[in-house]
Amino acid sequence: MTLCMVLPLLAIVTYLLFKAWPALSLNFILKNPIHGMREGGLWSPFLGTIYLVVISLLVSAPIGVLAAVYLNEYAKENWFTRIIHLAVMNLAGVPSIVHALFGLGAFVLFAHLGRSVLAASLTLAIMTLPVIIASTKEALASVPRAFREACWNVGATRWQTIRNIVLPNSLSGILTGVILQVSRAAGETAPVMFTGVAFFRLVQEGNLVGYSLFKPCMALSMHLFTISTQVPGVRPEVLYGTAVVLLSSVLLVNALSIVLRVYFRSRKKW
Amino acid sequence: MVTAEKKIQVQDLRLRYGPKEVIHGISFDVYRHEILGIIGPSQSGKSSLLRCINRTIEFTPGAKVSGAVKVDGEDVRQVKDVFELRRKIGMVAPLPVGLPLSIYDNVAFAPRAAGAHKRSELDGVVEKCLRQAALWDEVKDRLDSLGTKLSGGQQQRLTIARALSHRPEILCLDEFSIAIDPVTTMRIEDVLKELRGELTIILVTNLVQQARRLANRTMFLWNGEIVELDRNEVVFSDTPASRKTYDYVMGIFG
Repeated sequence: MTLCMVLPLLAIVTYLLFKAWPALSLNFILKNPIHGMREGGLWSPFLGTIYLVVISLLVSAPIGVLAAVYLNEYAKENWFTRIIHLAVMNLAGVPSIVHALFGLGAFVLFAHLGRSVLAASLTLAIMTLPVIIASTKEALASVPRAFREACWNVGATRWQTIRNIVLPNSLSGILTGVILQVSRAAGETAPVMFTGVAFFRLVQEGNLVGYSLFKPCMALSMHLFTISTQVPGVRPEVLYGTAVVLLSSVLLVNALSIVLRVYFRSRKKW
Repeated sequence: MVTAEKKIQVQDLRLRYGPKEVIHGISFDVYRHEILGIIGPSQSGKSSLLRCINRTIEFTPGAKVSGAVKVDGEDVRQVKDVFELRRKIGMVAPLPVGLPLSIYDNVAFAPRAAGAHKRSELDGVVEKCLRQAALWDEVKDRLDSLGTKLSGGQQQRLTIARALSHRPEILCLDEFSIAIDPVTTMRIEDVLKELRGELTIILVTNLVQQARRLANRTMFLWNGEIVELDRNEVVFSDTPASRKTYDYVMGIFG
């Protein structure tokens, strides 16, 4: 059974690596695309993806964690909170293209952000928020209620209980949930293509602060889409190489979450 | 022995969880520095009663309290600072709960929550409470290890130390011996005997003999109503006021 799940993954990765091999080198990441994106590297789209992911999580992680803390620790069970729960669940299942249209309307047009890094990041934030809320809530709920009651009994406030007992002991679950959203934000094309990602907009190689928040940027997912469908005559190893870079950065981040979880589990306190 | 000063007054207390009433309007007093035993089968409202006294009942969705519980003459629902009230009452739950903190931090948790941060002060409180709970000698060399890794009996004594750490005037024990062995139980009972005279103690217990050994007065609570509340000499005599009490104490039912 496990083999059935692992084999296709291995097959895909091996195939991609095989096809991409001639292009792969450190320069592939550090150089910009050249000759109308038919050759060269991935510096600008790679940097753009990092911008989008980091900014979107800077927005959605704090809001999502705080919302989950409110829902799980403070909110009373009534029709209002039930509606919020329902809304969170449903939002988590909304297709990303719908988030894209929302972002276009709300951030690009209504908030006058234009097509920009900020608008695209906020759209990604909206997309990842409900999943972060759900996973954080689950992590918080895994801390036994008896701990909370013991704290309340000695006169601790709700917040003291949360800060000293609940949050430290659910941190691994919270972080895992947030990190898994990194890969989702990095991989999605639809939410960013209308809201702030350009076909072609280079920054200087090695310039880490090249993109402005209020201007469009490039992104790996969009770049892959562009060179594989819109640009004729791209060398195949560049195509496959782009896929490999996107895939391996996502795998790397996911591996980090696994390492974190193993580390925290080894320090589990009860 | 029993002075007349009323530490806790419960007046026509009613508690309902949603549509179901679990305490049907009970009234009684707890005197200063006595041990009041509360016996009765499970589901008779013993634990809920304790939770009404320190107002943690408010954390249970759907619980509705009417009537009054007064501590030192002040209605608990009108106190300005509920956290102050809870610090006045030490609460020990049926199952031992070591918080996922070090042994030291377990005991220092309540003083810290109340704003004490001086190390020397905390050191003193931690040692005093662990000694009072008869745990100090076993853990004094490993105060940094996790409270959750102690044995059940040790964790229960840790819980008692924690309940004493905020210098309560009242100590409520809710079936503290349910998860620990008889030897530890006897040790804790000795601790309670020493604390009598300093503290007002409410001892909820399933073990009739435990109430008989420790309490000054014992209350028999059954289905949310007080069947009998009197001095131990009466409750555990051959002629308590209620036949039901006699049967329960003798183990004929319940």
